Amino acid sequence: MSVPADTLARSSQGDRIRGTAFYALLLVSITIGFLLLGVLLVDVVRKGIGYVDPTLLGEPNSSDPNEAGAGPAIRGTIYMMLLLLVMVVPLGVGTALYLEEYANRDRWYNRLLEINIQNLAAVPSIVYGILGLAFIVRGIGLGRVLLAGAVILTLLVLPTVIVASREAIRAVPDSIRQGAYALGATQWQVVWRQVLPAAIPGIATGSILALARAIGETAPLLLVGALTFVSVNPTLLGSFTALPVQIYQWIGRPQEDFRLLAAAGIIVLLAILLTMNAFAIWLRNRYQRRW
Amino acid sequence: MPDMESAAAAPVRIAGVDERVLAEREERVSSHRRDVLFDVENLRVSYAGVPALKDVSLEIYKNFITAFIGPSGCGKSTFIRCFNRMNDLIPTAAVEGTIRYHGADLYGPEVDPVEVRKRIGMVFQKPNPFPKSIYDNVAFGPRVLGWKKNLDERVERALRQAALWDEVKKRLKASAYSLSGGQQQRLCIARCLAVEPDVLLMDEPASALDPISTTAIEDLMHELKRDYTIVIVTHNMQQAARVADMTAFFSVDVDEEHDRRTGILVEYDTTPTIFTQPSDKRCEDYVTGRFG
Repeated sequence: MSVPADTLARSSQGDRIRGTAFYALLLVSITIGFLLLGVLLVDVVRKGIGYVDPTLLGEPNSSDPNEAGAGPAIRGTIYMMLLLLVMVVPLGVGTALYLEEYANRDRWYNRLLEINIQNLAAVPSIVYGILGLAFIVRGIGLGRVLLAGAVILTLLVLPTVIVASREAIRAVPDSIRQGAYALGATQWQVVWRQVLPAAIPGIATGSILALARAIGETAPLLLVGALTFVSVNPTLLGSFTALPVQIYQWIGRPQEDFRLLAAAGIIVLLAILLTMNAFAIWLRNRYQRRW
Repeated sequence: MPDMESAAAAPVRIAGVDERVLAEREERVSSHRRDVLFDVENLRVSYAGVPALKDVSLEIYKNFITAFIGPSGCGKSTFIRCFNRMNDLIPTAAVEGTIRYHGADLYGPEVDPVEVRKRIGMVFQKPNPFPKSIYDNVAFGPRVLGWKKNLDERVERALRQAALWDEVKKRLKASAYSLSGGQQQRLCIARCLAVEPDVLLMDEPASALDPISTTAIEDLMHELKRDYTIVIVTHNMQQAARVADMTAFFSVDVDEEHDRRTGILVEYDTTPTIFTQPSDKRCEDYVTGRFG
């Protein structure tokens, strides 16, 4: 069949302009995002880098900006993240596995559970703070301690971990489950030896992102009593502080030097965050290579 | 294309099937003992109350290759999944009637579907290797069963049986996904063989493969029927004629009133009979290529 030559010519002027305009719009969107991030980073680093020194990393807070450090806050944040990890991953993955692999969706209580998890993910963090104050600090009488802070952050990010884990589990093709069942594997074996290992990269990524949200949370920690003048190393059942709370407090001080100290604290916070993300990526790649 | 003019005359002319192939089938079927392995009686399967397959009764013989053919939606895949109780995994599926395996009711109250699937292996339409190494794929079944001794030998034997050993022996630790589609399907067969099943169920095992890989799978089936009983679903009639000793033709029963399409077993006989002297008009139309 012969095609008239003119149909092979370029499409109309209008189409081409629209195509170019759309492409330009995409470039503008991505540029705005990157520029904002870049400006923030540069600003923070320029102001704070002078204060990132052993004093900041090791010493406790002080009323003199030149002696003030965030040592207990940094250690408090790290301990809290470890506690959080230990609590939130088993709970989140367990819930996700139940909902994806075991729950019968025809049952009303399972549907109720699903809706509630989605709703919980949208609850503002301050509400979790109030909940923590009422039920954990006072209700069960745990007091204003590190463990209480970690429990609140666990509740806060649990829905995120559940949702991310469910997506990772759902992404495991059903043909894998069928293949394993057809070989005489029990449900436990299918879940434990096929579904979970295949879902781990996704679960790890989701959990780290959830932790990254938790690490910057200030409001709920203020409510459950993170102090800013803590000179001792944090213990599970002792008073504690955390980096974002410390930064918040410094920013509120009138002296200019404390603002610079706050910028330095933000640099440390970012460094911890990036380390965690790098670890997540390393973990994911390691598992992928084993396939 | 089928020869329309001679289609009505007996024996029926089948689309693209060599008569020598059928002669071979005839020889085997007539010479081989028929020991009943599966005895299916009035089987009926429904999903959420809607029947998908009804009133199926047939016998499947030991060391035979039995093919289920028929148009789409005739319930042949549903049927093959009854033999290893894969339908149990679908919450809304209900199976009525009986399937006896070595004389025992497969759906009896004391039967554990996990035990059934250890003895009755299944190969799926699309190759579904696990996201693990070639070795770990084959070793999965034995490990699940707790067979830890001589695992290497067992894996090698299964891969040899599946005619894959020579191609993969130097890269057992490589990902199963690095294999071609045909190799992946043979890996899935090896995976089944590693648990030493009694029966191999194959649900359109070659439909996603190229002609060369298809031939490899068919050759393999001829090798395997010495030790195994094979049941295969296929929509490729030439394939059924090439490999199967017995053939069951399924069709769709349309209930206009309720707008329901239910699979039914139309005819079950030796493959040469089904392809040259079918007694049912629907079967004849199908194998001569006039329908479906």
